[in-house]
Amino acid sequence: MSVIDVQEKPPFSLGALWRDKKARAIIMQILAVIGVLLFFGWLVNNTVKNIENLGVSVGFDFLWNTASYDINQTLIDYKATDTHFKAGVVGLLNTLLVAFCGVILATILGFTAGVARLSNNFVLSRLMQVYVEAVRNVPVLLQILLWYGIIIHSFPRVKAAVPLMEGVIVTNRGLFLPQPLPQDGFGWVWIAFFVALIAAYMFRRYAKKVLDATGKQLPVLLASLTLIVVLPVITYYIMGSPLGVSTPELKGFNYVGGFAIKPEFLALWLALSIYTGAFIAEIVRAGILAVSHGQSEAAHALGIRPNLTMRLVVIPQALRVIIPPLISQYLNLTKNSSLAIAIGYMDLVATLGGITLNQSGRALEVMLIILSVYLFISLSISFLMNIYNERVKLVER
Amino acid sequence: MKILLPLAVGIAALAATSAASASTLSDVRDAGVVKCGVSTGLAGFATPDDAGNWQGLDVDLCRAIAAATLGDATAVEFVPLTSKVRFEVLKSGEIDVLVRTTTWTLTRDVGLGLNFAGVNYYDGQGFMVPTSLEGVNSALDLDGASVCIQTGTTTELNLSEYFRLNNMAYEPVPVETSAEGRSAYSAGRCDIYTTDASALAAQRSGLEDPSAHKILPEIISKEPLGPVVRHGDDQWLDIVKWSHNAMLNAEELGVTSANAVERSKDASNPAVQKLLGTADAGLGAQLGLSEDWAMNIITQVGNYGESFERNVGADTPLKLERGLNALWTNGGIQYAPPIK
Repeated sequence: MSVIDVQEKPPFSLGALWRDKKARAIIMQILAVIGVLLFFGWLVNNTVKNIENLGVSVGFDFLWNTASYDINQTLIDYKATDTHFKAGVVGLLNTLLVAFCGVILATILGFTAGVARLSNNFVLSRLMQVYVEAVRNVPVLLQILLWYGIIIHSFPRVKAAVPLMEGVIVTNRGLFLPQPLPQDGFGWVWIAFFVALIAAYMFRRYAKKVLDATGKQLPVLLASLTLIVVLPVITYYIMGSPLGVSTPELKGFNYVGGFAIKPEFLALWLALSIYTGAFIAEIVRAGILAVSHGQSEAAHALGIRPNLTMRLVVIPQALRVIIPPLISQYLNLTKNSSLAIAIGYMDLVATLGGITLNQSGRALEVMLIILSVYLFISLSISFLMNIYNERVKLVER
Repeated sequence: MKILLPLAVGIAALAATSAASASTLSDVRDAGVVKCGVSTGLAGFATPDDAGNWQGLDVDLCRAIAAATLGDATAVEFVPLTSKVRFEVLKSGEIDVLVRTTTWTLTRDVGLGLNFAGVNYYDGQGFMVPTSLEGVNSALDLDGASVCIQTGTTTELNLSEYFRLNNMAYEPVPVETSAEGRSAYSAGRCDIYTTDASALAAQRSGLEDPSAHKILPEIISKEPLGPVVRHGDDQWLDIVKWSHNAMLNAEELGVTSANAVERSKDASNPAVQKLLGTADAGLGAQLGLSEDWAMNIITQVGNYGESFERNVGADTPLKLERGLNALWTNGGIQYAPPIK
């Protein structure tokens, strides 16, 4: 307090501004920003100028031209006379399909392997260690090619394939399964299913209320499952079994009818899930080990049964550690799905970024679209998982 | 990685190098080499031999251009390109000429800002099937089949159109490279392999038992394959065009790598003398080249017929017939404008 700054402000000069630490920092940052902007401006300007010099038009009109190529796996109705845009959508849906299925399988594999690796069973835990270390350390592209090679070279050829059971045939052109065909009245089964879901949810809330009030535990899981299974089944029979089946049959070159899982999808799905599953296993193991041993001991001391201890004490705390790295694994899986092109799975990169690009020659536009789409998908996954993370993370008071 | 490549090439190269440089010829002379985009490995057209030297029909055209411009057929830098990135690499100026079994279409010639400088191989899309496939003697017997097809090519369009017009169903099995295509085809993932007929012959020669596979008689498309250059440099376009024409004219006039020097002294045939630059007609100067430009092509590379027989002809594993690619005087459609 005794020191009072009586110095007068020195007259303004550039040199003084430069000697001032704070001002210098700001100046440097402004210069850096200008430099970066100039660099990108130059890049864009040069690109546009060069494209103009070549006399090539830039724009997205080509998306509305006829695609003229076929795609072997489509989730929506698509034919060669549709537009490039629709072909891109078909590819996008294929990307989302393999990402979605991959995330689910990878999570199951990862949690199983992660928990099993902590098991007291020596063989089991060593086996899981081998899985994690072997799979994690080999590039995923090679694994995709390996799985594809295994499927097309070791599965039986179409003509030599023997049905495993009625309507189930494994060939190197895919897994052929009977396809259920809903007929009139099947809508009611869906309605029954959703009614059962809502009822199960209500019951769960009621059971929690009972638990809080009386400490009595109601069999929630059993009751919900019964509801969800029994109600639709009863409706199904009341409506007179409104479900046809299309079974695959060998006609000419290929099996026709039924539902086919292509080897390209199968290989990509397995490779991505197994690869990502190994990372998730380590994340899960880390999460569980992060929960202090005293927690479960305390739960045991209170007389809580082991499986309840796991569910109510260990896992909720482990999830806090698990979720954030899990998000990045989901993102990795989704992005890695673009390696599909190596085995000819028709994802977004193969349709829009492959055939459309080649036919229209619009590399810049196509790549911009694909990059933005992947960015959008990744940010969406990240957003959703962060919401979940908010719910499970430690509530600080 | 694969997804980023075209973009990286597109942006970085477009931005960094001078795409519309004033003169490709002076660039080539400064660099001392012709940068030539070729296939990543297609037997007969562009593939490195045991010693690592590039061989093939496309490769010979690259060498001819180098011989004409630099006087040295070995002054070529070969840049192997996939079908997907080839146009971007050419447009960005990374290569001087693209000779990569590229089909000449209106979209590519006009819409992409490129110029085709001729046709060095007249091709058409065909089908290969195993001979063990019973009852398949024509492409019209292929309803419901699985078809292996290399993605990023004009073959996809032809295939889709052909099956649609003939009311047939099929399952496309896209493959990225010809090696993967061969693997999928021999594993039975697909019943048929389709691509240009010349490439089918190349693929068949790489299979375990080539005699167990046949090529169906139908050719479902026109695939004129030729060298490509950028829009906007007419002099360079002329050089590439006339390098190819010189090889054709040489064959027509009976000038080969063996007899070119001798024939150039023969004053009785003015056409030969104009071709070989001994007539003092100043034809080379009009192209911006030395007068012995065509002489260099013929002595160092050979005429079109020599190149054809050496790379894809009857004595090679491809065993292709001249067919459409015979000179017009022999029933084909290879016809070069005269050099005079």
